[in-house]
Amino acid sequence: MNYLEFEKPLAEIEGKAEELRALARANPSMDVAKEAEGLDRKAETMLKDLYKALNPWQKCQVARHQDRPHCKDYIEGLFTEFTPLAGDRNFADDHAIMGGLARFNDQAVVVMGQEKGHDTKTRIERNFGMARPEGYRKAIRLMEMADRFRLPVVTLVDTPGAYPGKGAEERGQAEAIARATEKSLMLGVPVISVVIGEGGSGGAVALATANRIAMLEHSIYSVISPEGCASILWKDSDKMREAAEALRLTAQDLQKLGVIDRIVKEPLGGAQRGRKETIEAVGKAIEAMLKELSGKKPEALIKDRREKFLDMGVKGLAA
Amino acid sequence: MNWITNYVRPKINSLFSRRETPDNLWTKCPECGTMLFHRELADNQNVCTSCDHHMAISPRERFTALFDGGIFTEVKVPEPIVDPLHFRDQKKYPDRLKAAQKASGEREAMLVAEGEIARTPIVAVAQDFSFMAGSMGMFVGNAMVAAAQAAVKHKRPLVVFTAAGGARMQEGILSLMQMPRTTVAVQMVREAGLPYVTVLTHPTTGGVTASYAMLGDIQMAEPNALICFAGPRVIEQTIREKLPEGFQRAEYLLDHGMLDRVTHRKELKDELVTILRMLTGQPPAIKGELTAPATK
Ligand SMILES: [Zn+2]
Repeated sequence: MNYLEFEKPLAEIEGKAEELRALARANPSMDVAKEAEGLDRKAETMLKDLYKALNPWQKCQVARHQDRPHCKDYIEGLFTEFTPLAGDRNFADDHAIMGGLARFNDQAVVVMGQEKGHDTKTRIERNFGMARPEGYRKAIRLMEMADRFRLPVVTLVDTPGAYPGKGAEERGQAEAIARATEKSLMLGVPVISVVIGEGGSGGAVALATANRIAMLEHSIYSVISPEGCASILWKDSDKMREAAEALRLTAQDLQKLGVIDRIVKEPLGGAQRGRKETIEAVGKAIEAMLKELSGKKPEALIKDRREKFLDMGVKGLAA
Repeated sequence: MNWITNYVRPKINSLFSRRETPDNLWTKCPECGTMLFHRELADNQNVCTSCDHHMAISPRERFTALFDGGIFTEVKVPEPIVDPLHFRDQKKYPDRLKAAQKASGEREAMLVAEGEIARTPIVAVAQDFSFMAGSMGMFVGNAMVAAAQAAVKHKRPLVVFTAAGGARMQEGILSLMQMPRTTVAVQMVREAGLPYVTVLTHPTTGGVTASYAMLGDIQMAEPNALICFAGPRVIEQTIREKLPEGFQRAEYLLDHGMLDRVTHRKELKDELVTILRMLTGQPPAIKGELTAPATK
C-alpha cells in the first residue's frame, strides 16, 4: 500500500500490526493475534475518521493516488470485446488517450479516456495522461464514428491537463480541444462521462461535454490545479491547500453547483483500497446513466446537452 | 499587467490640468522606445507610429474606430451571479472585481455591440485584457451567448476580438464550463448560416483560445499577438528548454496553419468588410471613411 501524506499515522499502525504478524510467523509459540487485531481495529477507526471528512487538498491527493484504478482498468473490468482504435489520421497516435469499440452489457459503444499509466514505463508511454492535439483529434474521430453508427459514447476522465509542450502548441492544442468540445456538443447519440480521478482543466472538458456527468466521490474537477492557482493568486505554490479550498473542486461542490449529475461512492479509504468495488460502482453508474438516455432521439440528445451547458453559470453556491 | 507606461512631463503637467490637455501625456512604446503623444497614439488606434507595435486597445476605443462614424449600440449582457463560489485568495473576489471596474469604468471584461462597418451590419464582441486579464467567467459566457442571440435574431455576422489570460480562476469550475457554453453560442451562429469571424489580439491564451477563439469560420490575428493554450513560461518549465524567438506569436501560428491571416489593426476593418460581404452575398462595399449611418 502506498500511503498518502495525511495517512502517515495510519501507516504506522498498519505497519506495527504487520510487524507483529511477521514476528508470530517466525516464532509460532508467540501469541500476538489479539494485539494485532486490536491494531487492525484501531487502524480501521482511523481510516474511517480520516476519510469521513477529507478536505479538498486531501481529496486532490486521493484523486491522484497512483493505486487508483485508471481508465484501462475500468475498460478491462466493465467492457467486453474492447477493440482499441488508434490514430488521428493526420500525425500520430497519442497514447495518453485510449479508446475504441467495446460492449457494455452487450451493447456496442465507443469508450475512451485519458490513461495515466501505472509504473514508470507506462507513465512515460502514456505521458502521465496528458494528451497532445493528436489525442483530442483521435477522440473527435471516434466520436464521429459513434455518431454515424448510432453508438453511445462513454468517456473516462483522468488527466492533470492537456500537455503543455512545444510540439503540442505547434500542432494546435487549443484548436484540437475546441474542436473536441464542439464535436461532443453535436453528437446525436448519448454521451456520458465519469471523472474517475483528476479532471484537469480544458484537457478534461474536451472529453466531458456530456449529457450526463458523474464523479467518483474523491475525484476532483477544476479550472486549474491548486498548485497553479496558488502560484498565480497567492504568488506561492505552497498555498495549494488554500487554493484547493477556494476553487471548490470536489465532487460534492460540483454537484451543488449543478455541474455534475451524480456522485459514485468509493469504498472506505478511497478507490485505491477497493479497486474492484470502485470499478463495479462506476459500472452501475454508467448503466444507470445510459438507461436514462436510452430511446431519446438524436435531436433531443443534442438539445439536452446544449441546454445543460447553456445553464452552467446560472447557479452559484448558496450565500 | 502594465502594457503602457505613462510618462508625464512634470512642467507642463503642473501648468495645465490633466483633463483639459490630455495630449500632454506621453506613452513610451515598449517595443522601440519612441515617445508618443497620447492623442497621436489614439488616432492611430494605439499602434506605434514608429514601429507598428500593436498596443492594447479598449473595447470601446476599438468599436469607435471600427463602426461607421464611431456609432454603435451596446447589446445588453445579462448579469451573472456575483462571486458564485465566495472565492477569496489574498483578496476577496468582489473586491478585485470592484477595483477592475473602477480602473476601467466598465462592468466586465467583454463588450458587445451592434452597428455597421462600411454599411455592413454586424454584431461585434471585444474582450478587455486590462480587466482582470480579460478572463472568461460567467459574464464573458453571458456576453458570448447574448452576442450570438443578437446575431441570429438580426441575421448579422458575428465578429469577436479576443484577448484573455484564460479562465477566471475565481469562478472555479463555472469558468471552465464557459468553454462548452461559449461553444454552444458559436454553434447557434453557425447553424443560422451566419459568418463567425475571430480576430485574436495580444494575448489570447488558455481556455479562451481552446474554445470560441479557435472556432472561427475565418481566424485572423493582429501582428505579433501571443496566441496559445499553455503559456510560454509553463512550457519552458515543463520541457526545460528555451523556446525559439517568435514562438506562439501570430506569424508563427499563421506559418503553422492555425490562422487565415495576420492583419494590421488599420487594415482590419477593410478586410472584415470584404470578407463578410462575400460570405453574406452582398456586393462590394464602398471603401473609405464612412460617416454614421443615417437614422431611420
Ligand atoms: Zn514602437
